[in-house]
Amino acid sequence: MRDLERPAEAAGTTSTAAPAVEQDRPARAGGPDTRSTLARLLDTGAGRNLGLVAVLAVLCVIGIATADTFATTSNLLTILTSASIIGVLTVGMTFVIIGGGIDLSVGKVMALASVWATTLATQSYGPAVMVFCALAVGVGCGLINGVLIAYGRVVPFIATLAMLISAQGLAERISGKRSQIVTDPTIAAIASTRVLGIPLLVYFFAAVVAVGWVVLNRTTFGRRTFAIGGNLEASRLAGIDVRRHTVLLYVVSGLCCGIAAIMIASLTTTGSSTHGTLYELDAIAAVIIGGTLLTGGRGTLVGSILGVLVFTTITNLFILNNLATEVQNIAKGLIIVAAVLFQSRAQRANP
Amino acid sequence: MASPERGAPPLLQMHGIVKQFPGVRALDGVDLDVAAGEVHCLLGQNGAGKSTLIKVLAGAHRPDAGEIRWDGRPVTFGSPHAADVTGIATIYQELDLVPGLSVAENVFLGHERARLGFTRPRELDDETRALLRRLGHPEIPPGRELGRLSAAGQQVVSMARALSRDARLIVMDEPSAVLDPEEVDNLFRVVRELTAEGVAVVYISHRLEEIRRIGDRVTVLKDGRTVARGLPAPSTPTAEVIRLMTGRTIEYVFPPRPAVPTGDPVLEVDGLGRRGEFADVSFSVRPGEVVGLAGLVGSGRSEILETVYGARKATSGSVWVQGRALRAGSVRAAVRAGMGLAPEERKSQGLLLAEPVYRNVSLPSLSRFARAGFVRGGAELAAAAAVIAQLDVRPADPTRPVRTLSGGNQQKVVLARWLLEECRVLLLDEPTRGVDVGARSEIYGLIRRLSGQGVAVVLVSSEMPEVLGLADRVLVVREGRVVYQAPAEELDEERVLDLVMEGSRV
Repeated sequence: MRDLERPAEAAGTTSTAAPAVEQDRPARAGGPDTRSTLARLLDTGAGRNLGLVAVLAVLCVIGIATADTFATTSNLLTILTSASIIGVLTVGMTFVIIGGGIDLSVGKVMALASVWATTLATQSYGPAVMVFCALAVGVGCGLINGVLIAYGRVVPFIATLAMLISAQGLAERISGKRSQIVTDPTIAAIASTRVLGIPLLVYFFAAVVAVGWVVLNRTTFGRRTFAIGGNLEASRLAGIDVRRHTVLLYVVSGLCCGIAAIMIASLTTTGSSTHGTLYELDAIAAVIIGGTLLTGGRGTLVGSILGVLVFTTITNLFILNNLATEVQNIAKGLIIVAAVLFQSRAQRANP
Repeated sequence: MASPERGAPPLLQMHGIVKQFPGVRALDGVDLDVAAGEVHCLLGQNGAGKSTLIKVLAGAHRPDAGEIRWDGRPVTFGSPHAADVTGIATIYQELDLVPGLSVAENVFLGHERARLGFTRPRELDDETRALLRRLGHPEIPPGRELGRLSAAGQQVVSMARALSRDARLIVMDEPSAVLDPEEVDNLFRVVRELTAEGVAVVYISHRLEEIRRIGDRVTVLKDGRTVARGLPAPSTPTAEVIRLMTGRTIEYVFPPRPAVPTGDPVLEVDGLGRRGEFADVSFSVRPGEVVGLAGLVGSGRSEILETVYGARKATSGSVWVQGRALRAGSVRAAVRAGMGLAPEERKSQGLLLAEPVYRNVSLPSLSRFARAGFVRGGAELAAAAAVIAQLDVRPADPTRPVRTLSGGNQQKVVLARWLLEECRVLLLDEPTRGVDVGARSEIYGLIRRLSGQGVAVVLVSSEMPEVLGLADRVLVVREGRVVYQAPAEELDEERVLDLVMEGSRV
């Protein structure tokens, strides 16, 4: 289809240009060229990110216009802080989705890790053990997901859905459906600490993004993630251990859940089975509007993070303007659709 | 024009049909005419253009040039639906049925005869039962889930589907491939009934004896052209048909063949088998030797190659590289031992289409360009650039996405990958499929050059001249067994084709 359409288009431009050759020449040289440059730009990761940056800029303009308090330092830090937890989950989700999978369990694995890390027994061993428990629960759940998917050949959607449900159940069982107060002063202090005026949680977020970016773009692990998501069979036939790699992808996602669990336990000073409800959908949405293909093989971490920031900024705008959360969700839905439509257009323009 | 012209024109006339795909001219002026009530056989080697022609007939491909007349009137089939409305039904080799639906639902898929959107299952079941009875298979229950039927059963359902459309022309692509002899008789009875009612049948098969039994006339395709039309099927001698199929218009240029190397075999395959696919395959390849596997599609050649590579797990036998046995079913073990595969389906099995050339080239050897897991991009790019320059990949830009390259250059990228990996055993499955003529000879030269450097090559190809021209030794595979083995000089195309198709003279 594409091949058929293209020559027709080209023929169209030449025929319209024909009557006034002299005048049209600069336009003709310039017209198709800028268009293809734009299309090419949109096709690159950086280009798609530019689109998101533009959306973010528009949101900021709206924010400044509608709310006096939007452009204050404290409000901007609030946006970043609330982005940080979902942002960490999104980093893991980006790995999984680029690798051709999906992880629906992130929100509740995070909840389970937060509960496990904040039981009276765990807290009695001190902050180091609490952190270790959170990370171990995350990694353990990721490992189970990964093994089920890679070796048990369970469809990722099903395996992680099952994990979502059972992690929720286990978290409720351990906590007795009560919020467990974080009594440990070190953990509680993480969220309230500021370095150079910026909350420590934002540094956590930045560090996870930085490490994630390096791993995804500079290591053999990252490269193989793209390869497996892009063409599983070709990767297998090239001698890559695709099953082990798949397991590791879900472990990465689990690890991110563990980190996020510590952050949310500190921010809310509780460990609770109600944490992270529907976070997986926010994380997936952020990855998608960030330009990562849901089928895998293509995507950027920066795009995902911009996606998170867009969502968080919208939430912030609605709160500042005292608008109902229902309207906010409608807006989010529209943005997801708009972003995906826009991307598929851009892709079709430059196959 | 509305009324049929005098002398009743043939039901279907195709003239000068051309279909171009990127890099290949699949059809290059095909003529075919089919009269009502006849069984018209379409013959040709793999790649001669039969499948493409069928797809043009079925409305799945739009021809680039040429004319189709139906009842003497020019027509164009813009979509499968248009062909269907005209009265053409196609029974594909890969059955186009939905495994999760019932037999009756499959038969009437797309023509459910619903009333106000409600399906009428009882009526469909009754009609399906009648159709199946007519096909001699009253035992198939219309309500059975299609996926639970055997391949032959599904074939029958596919036939019922064509019948349900009251088609005037039915195209059957290798309908007998999955049937046992008794069922073939049944199929022929139905075909005769249909033709007696004036339905035309286009019949494709590799079994020449079937064509003599059922066919009225034969059209032979070769390299996308019609080389003989309307030969009488029962009386044309087999030798004549094979000669028509093999005589070449395209000149293949093969590099000179050096002396057969001596030295210890680098690859040894011993009694290799996979249940239901092939059995008892043994051969060995010396460094610098090219061994060819000749056989029809479905004969098991690709399966053998993939099992040697560990992409399929052998159920018996073993594979040895340089005297060490490989773990069965492990591609990693094969790659570590120095094996490389250029798979049959380049796009779906070989390449990361969206990724740049250099990332495709470095895929198996990536860890060599990494320190502590960090890829040294410069070294990787330089190495990949060197290899693609060596293989003359055009354009010689390693950062271009692979999908923008032509078929021949994509294949070179796959070969470059294994050149970079410095493999000792190279398995090539259809290395020139979808590659234009010019690039073909380049790839032949490349394969020879690699073998000259001491790489052992195993080659699978549907194109007989390719196997005979490149390989030092040829194994003929039929129905999952190696039926003949000889040095390439002792064989010619007609002999191999004869072994592959009928084996009457083994």
